[in-house]
Amino acid sequence: MRKFLFATVAAALCATTAASEVKIGMITTLSGGGAGLGIDVRDGFMLAIAQSGRDDIEVVIEDDQRKPDVAVQLSDKMVQSERVDIMTGIIWSNLAMAVVPSVVGQGVFYLSPNAGPSQLAGQGCHENYFNVAWQNDNLHEAAGAYANSVGYENSFIMAPNYPAGQDALTGYKRLYTGALSGEVFTQLGQTDYAAEIAQIRASGADSVFFFLPGGMGISFLKQYADSGVDIPVIGPAFSFDQGILQAVGDAALGVVNTSQWNKDIDNPTNAAFVETFQAEYGRLPSLYASQGFDTANLLISALEVADPSDGDAFRDALRAAEFDSTRGDFSFGPNHHPIQTIYAREVIKEGDVYTNKIIGVALENHADAYAAACKM
Amino acid sequence: MSSILVIEQILNGLQFGVMLFLMAAGLTLIFGVMGLINLAHGSLYMIGAFAAAAVAGATGSFFLALVAALVAAAVAGAIVEMVVIRRLYNAAHLDQVLATFALILIFSEGTRWVFGSFPLFLDIPNALSGPVTLPGGIQYPLYRLTLIAIGLAVALGLWLLIERTRIGIQIRAGENDREMIGALGVDISKLYTLVFALGAALAGLAGALVGAIQSVQVGMGEPVLILAFVVIVIGGIGSIRGAFIGALLVGLTDTLGGVFLPEIFKLFMDSGAAQKSGSALASMSIYLLMGMVLIWRPTGLFGARA
Repeated sequence: MRKFLFATVAAALCATTAASEVKIGMITTLSGGGAGLGIDVRDGFMLAIAQSGRDDIEVVIEDDQRKPDVAVQLSDKMVQSERVDIMTGIIWSNLAMAVVPSVVGQGVFYLSPNAGPSQLAGQGCHENYFNVAWQNDNLHEAAGAYANSVGYENSFIMAPNYPAGQDALTGYKRLYTGALSGEVFTQLGQTDYAAEIAQIRASGADSVFFFLPGGMGISFLKQYADSGVDIPVIGPAFSFDQGILQAVGDAALGVVNTSQWNKDIDNPTNAAFVETFQAEYGRLPSLYASQGFDTANLLISALEVADPSDGDAFRDALRAAEFDSTRGDFSFGPNHHPIQTIYAREVIKEGDVYTNKIIGVALENHADAYAAACKM
Repeated sequence: MSSILVIEQILNGLQFGVMLFLMAAGLTLIFGVMGLINLAHGSLYMIGAFAAAAVAGATGSFFLALVAALVAAAVAGAIVEMVVIRRLYNAAHLDQVLATFALILIFSEGTRWVFGSFPLFLDIPNALSGPVTLPGGIQYPLYRLTLIAIGLAVALGLWLLIERTRIGIQIRAGENDREMIGALGVDISKLYTLVFALGAALAGLAGALVGAIQSVQVGMGEPVLILAFVVIVIGGIGSIRGAFIGALLVGLTDTLGGVFLPEIFKLFMDSGAAQKSGSALASMSIYLLMGMVLIWRPTGLFGARA
């Protein structure tokens, strides 16, 4: 018994002395309806950490269950008792708004692998907050630009009635120059779209833009395909990511969607990422996985230059973004949000697997609309 | 706003209503007969959908998928009743809520463990896919018409079962006086297991039928569960007829409210604001309906007089 006790104490001591020098806290959604997104971000992130070969990075991962109150508790624990240097992982904008301002206010760095609410890009921007994915409006703006480029003049637009849904319609309308034949807010979490589809049928639209992330998009696309309405559909990549395309099936074929990433973007980093991700996890990566992977690589690139304890130097290293992104060129705007090219993709079938193919550029080197309001 | 659109929306509301009825019927039976609040009813709906998706994926047959959904949900229901629920009949409602809430978590994470975190694929069978043209030139999906027909057939079958068969007499007797039918020699615990399995099977059937046009994913049952509770409160707890009327009312109110409230608001405000406030009010409409029904009849439309 005594020997055992000694061994445990020794092991514990070893653990503290060999403790990693950098501690990262990841809060993401690993259970409940939105778990697929969090799991992809985590897997992409951990793949990059493993590939870096660095054993001085410790990642603490916790599940926020998609609940803002849980996320706040976890972040308090990570900042105050785990003493993490850097935090990341949050998927949903409402959770990010609950966590990020207090985390960066306490001097911890936060790298967002997904959520990009407009508040944090404009007036609420912070020197310790970096978004590696996009500002929320970006992919919708790209959909509007794409609609112009193919000559749509009368769109029916639709999104759930919550902040990100309202941002989506605002984003689409920002660059879209045609008329609107209808504008509908659905309920968040709605599963039946028969009523909206009937309105689309009666509207005389020449195109349908929708933002329905996750299960909502699956339901809508299946019901839309079955309704016999054949007005072309466009949307952001969130309803067409690798995780849910298989559940939509044929109903998604040929649909155009906008994304900052796709598996066929031609650069060596991306090719290696797609191959190693598939080998490691047995599935194709989604855009969320690519965002997790890029976030970790940005972080590692900054750690090569500076230590997080030296805040100013580390911040400059992050700002420089000297890493190989799966998206090719990557740089930050003045508000620490990406300036990047957004593509139009089309859903295709490769063998038995539904996936996306790039068919053109929707917006070249696009920055977000809120940067001017950011005083850093 | 054309009459075609109005008729189409009424059909949509009916279809939504009859699917809600399948959920609410089981819930109200279980509450009426056993006095049990079963929060895990949504999990049985999810089990039906997952069983259907798995079997449809393996065999390609939608019919077999429906059979699998019925069987899987009924078996899960019977096991849950025998292992967990049986201990709760004499417990307080709060204990029942706590235990069945735990069941939701166990079923959700168990399903994730078996099937993974990503939604499954379940599609409409080819024979039922695509729209048909109804008299008057209305294009309507054949599958949704089929759902309405199945829902009405199940409602009729349940009515016959409850009103015209020996089991039905026992169920009704169990609602009224459980000690007495025990004393008359009816095996009450077997009856309870049977009722629970029947309720579960109906939920599983609804999950499989609706899963084909929605997404089959973990947690899909809980939003429907909330609506099903609204239905049985409106209809009167324990009443199958009440559940049927309540389900149709909720289905029609929800569908028509979502479409027409923003249109009405557009008459006196600009389009964007009308959309936002109209759809916000629409999402409250069924709860307003419930409130009004309860003011008018505190025990629900067909509830027993308190």
